[in-house]
Amino acid sequence: MPFIPHAQEDIQAMLHTMGLQATSDLFSEVPDHLNVEVPADIPEALNEIEVSALMRERAQSNFQELSFLGAGAYNHHVPHAVLDMLSRGEWLTAYTPYQAEASQGTLQLIYEYQTMMTRLMDMEVSNASLYDGATALVEAILMAVRIQKSETPRVLITAALHPWVFQTLVAQLSPLGIQLDTLPTDAETGCCDAAIQAGSAQHAFCAVVLAQPNVWGMIEPVDAWVDWAHAQNALVIGYVNPMLMAWLKPPGQWGQRGADIACGEGQPLGLPLAGGGPYFGFLVTRRAHIRQLPGRLVARAEDAKGRAGYVLTLQAREQHIRRAKATSNICTNQGVMLLAATMTAALLGTAGLRARAIRCHENCRTLVDLCCEYAEITPMFKGPYAYECALKVSGDIDALHQALLDRGIYFGLPLQNDFKTVQPGVLVCATECHRTQDFDRLSVSLKASLTGQVSR
Amino acid sequence: MSIELCFNSDRAMAPSSAHQLDSDHAHVDDIPEALIRHDAAALPALSELEAVRHYTCLSQLNYSIDTHFYPLGSCSMKYNPRAARRLAHLEGFVGAHPLWQAEICQGTLACLYELQTQLAVLTGMKQTVLSPMAGAQGEWAGVAMIRAYHQARGDAARTVILVPDAAHGTNPASATRCGFEIREVATLPDGDLDLEALDAALGPDVAGLMLTNPSTLGVFERQIETITAKVHAAGGLNYYDGANLNAILGRVRPGDMGFDVLHLNLHKTFATPHGGGGPGAGPVIAVDRLVPYLPHPYVTKAEQGYDWTQPASESIGRLSTFMGNIGVLLQAYVYLRLLGRQGVRRVSSMAVLNAAYVQHALSSLGYVLAFPERRASHEFVITLDEIHRQTGVRALDVAKRLLDFGIHAPTMYFPLCVPECLLIEPTETESKATLDQFIAAMSAIWNEIQNDPESLKQAPYQCVVGRLDEVKAARTLDVADKD
Repeated sequence: MPFIPHAQEDIQAMLHTMGLQATSDLFSEVPDHLNVEVPADIPEALNEIEVSALMRERAQSNFQELSFLGAGAYNHHVPHAVLDMLSRGEWLTAYTPYQAEASQGTLQLIYEYQTMMTRLMDMEVSNASLYDGATALVEAILMAVRIQKSETPRVLITAALHPWVFQTLVAQLSPLGIQLDTLPTDAETGCCDAAIQAGSAQHAFCAVVLAQPNVWGMIEPVDAWVDWAHAQNALVIGYVNPMLMAWLKPPGQWGQRGADIACGEGQPLGLPLAGGGPYFGFLVTRRAHIRQLPGRLVARAEDAKGRAGYVLTLQAREQHIRRAKATSNICTNQGVMLLAATMTAALLGTAGLRARAIRCHENCRTLVDLCCEYAEITPMFKGPYAYECALKVSGDIDALHQALLDRGIYFGLPLQNDFKTVQPGVLVCATECHRTQDFDRLSVSLKASLTGQVSR
Repeated sequence: MSIELCFNSDRAMAPSSAHQLDSDHAHVDDIPEALIRHDAAALPALSELEAVRHYTCLSQLNYSIDTHFYPLGSCSMKYNPRAARRLAHLEGFVGAHPLWQAEICQGTLACLYELQTQLAVLTGMKQTVLSPMAGAQGEWAGVAMIRAYHQARGDAARTVILVPDAAHGTNPASATRCGFEIREVATLPDGDLDLEALDAALGPDVAGLMLTNPSTLGVFERQIETITAKVHAAGGLNYYDGANLNAILGRVRPGDMGFDVLHLNLHKTFATPHGGGGPGAGPVIAVDRLVPYLPHPYVTKAEQGYDWTQPASESIGRLSTFMGNIGVLLQAYVYLRLLGRQGVRRVSSMAVLNAAYVQHALSSLGYVLAFPERRASHEFVITLDEIHRQTGVRALDVAKRLLDFGIHAPTMYFPLCVPECLLIEPTETESKATLDQFIAAMSAIWNEIQNDPESLKQAPYQCVVGRLDEVKAARTLDVADKD
């Protein structure tokens, strides 16, 4: 039987010790009619050879060619040294580090991760991570509501936020009576509408949520927004791409006072796409708000002999102590994912991470330039963008998308359904993994696909 | 031996050129200067060998299932099969983008669809959604569905969720997070829920009950059908916390017990790695009448292939940006296929056998069982309350001393309603020989309790650090290096 080591003699000996006849005696407190056989819908066991063949066949059937899709998940190179490290059982098969003496590896890793995130965001305090970007923003907003102690909380959220992140906010915040208002965007720049800064906010907002870059890849002029929000006594939450913060101005430096909370999706720091998860969410803030942080937090400590170590701290905020009054119900930190991000950053270093961000941006400009050689394709918005870009496409987008897919190219995200924009288009992205031949291949395919569809 | 923090190294290092790109800030002219970062983020830059050595040495400071017996109650620290990990990480799975259209990800979707179906069959429910990223998120989804169900019927008065006093802390935290008030229901001295207290707690304001069975006290709730019927009769719904499914897998189905919605912890019962705190997966599974309220998306099957559901108007909505922890779900799928129909039932048999065997042995040594008249489930509780009063030795001291024997501590001080307790769960993947070593260690500690209680209070002695000063750490709050 897989992974169960008991020989029949062991079972008999164990039962005998307890004065029992059969393993069924162990279940004597379960009412008989509830104790049922496993239905035939559960298939017979496969052996390792069979299950390997099945999984290889299924993996093979997934698309594995060229893609220019980003939109919240990005194809970055993960160093082989990191992939190997992730397979170590000492990392993988440890539990949450409640027993500090037996968990110094995980605890120091988390402390290093917290250090890395505070430096990337230029703030003072990071928690030990959350599930993903959307759930991190949910927690950031709840944190802001707690800090502001508002009875009727309202939050102003950029309309240029990833729509599935926004849907997550609606699902998880509306049961708590938190009102979500949107900060409209300007049709020309794709950024938050600066005209709004001319006046005061219509309502008292606990917090204003900005995205940098925003969902369309546009770089927001964040400084003015932060100062405006602070003038309205709102806290500022920056939802940012952490990899780009080695290159772009980080939330801690926005405006006169800096943002109050930074959060986002950790995946761009070096996690595989993996079909959408597991990734991790990060949450970083100012020292003053440390007691309102949800989730795990690690601190440096000493033992009686003066030896340095690390412990989980401020646990009285958490569900296993505070129960219904906890800052959150979360008990997860995405341990192994932090290892991938932290070790990747340690290998790249400050300059290496910034160089990666810039390479992504350069590649994206190459991508946009080659697409815009065709009259049917133009940038959707005016202004600076970083590593992904919304393109306006005239003609039949579905046909173009399918024609390119037939040639083994996934050409970005068609801007439809939840991602619908005023003008029809596509959101494209390039990373450091794209090579010259990939752009050449797209160029050739675009030429073939667009010819005859719309005149140039 | 402590390992130097790689973040406070001030040496000038030449990082591995294999990881460096030659992009130069000067090339970028299209981003306004005011939006560029001008200081350095001060990350370390290690050579590849330094990084590998640093994180390898750090890993060796951990106790883990792969290196140590880990009888941590309520966590099902069973062996995590390597085949599951390797096969879930095949390039075709790992390289897949979450926004690619379903037609080109049929391999992943086929696995997810079958996992959904098999989990529903095993629990006696109708429909599974795999997207919750942990047990706590599954709980939240479940109570949000209960809320949506009552609201759809125009019953807005149900604002209370009942939770046993023995429940996991996440239960009340998740329900609060969904806007509910919490009402606790007491447990009887024999470990079963107090039915009179339940009757008193039920009323027209009760939306539902959250229950774990076997309970966190390590016993099967014998009156389970009476309990769920009472809640239904009062107009409420029953939520099953699947944390302890390992005790009844392939044997008792929550659907048959009268539950309406549940979550499972795939990182417990279905052998995916805990990873030092995550990632996990906490699928939510519901009976027919709650299907409209399930979160989205999940996988459907039609003639032309598998697809993701579109949001239904009554759905509680989206739980995270994408579709959940796919990499974890694929591992659980492989594990389930390796177990098969006979295997799942064997899991619960041997998990309970192992717990009962250790319970019997510890009781024979003199340890006091919290529920001596009851059969163990896959775990059991001992209490050191009397020992504490006699010798001053606490559950904490026994837990720390076990670390010196190369054994991870059991869960301490949970459930909260049993004083000075340890919750012990061996899991089915441990052999009799390993259990006997654990029993021998507990025997040695029993002798120390009798003969040298003072030395126990300073344990552990063999770990890389001794007991750390948590009070001082919480006061100084050094949570990031400022070098």
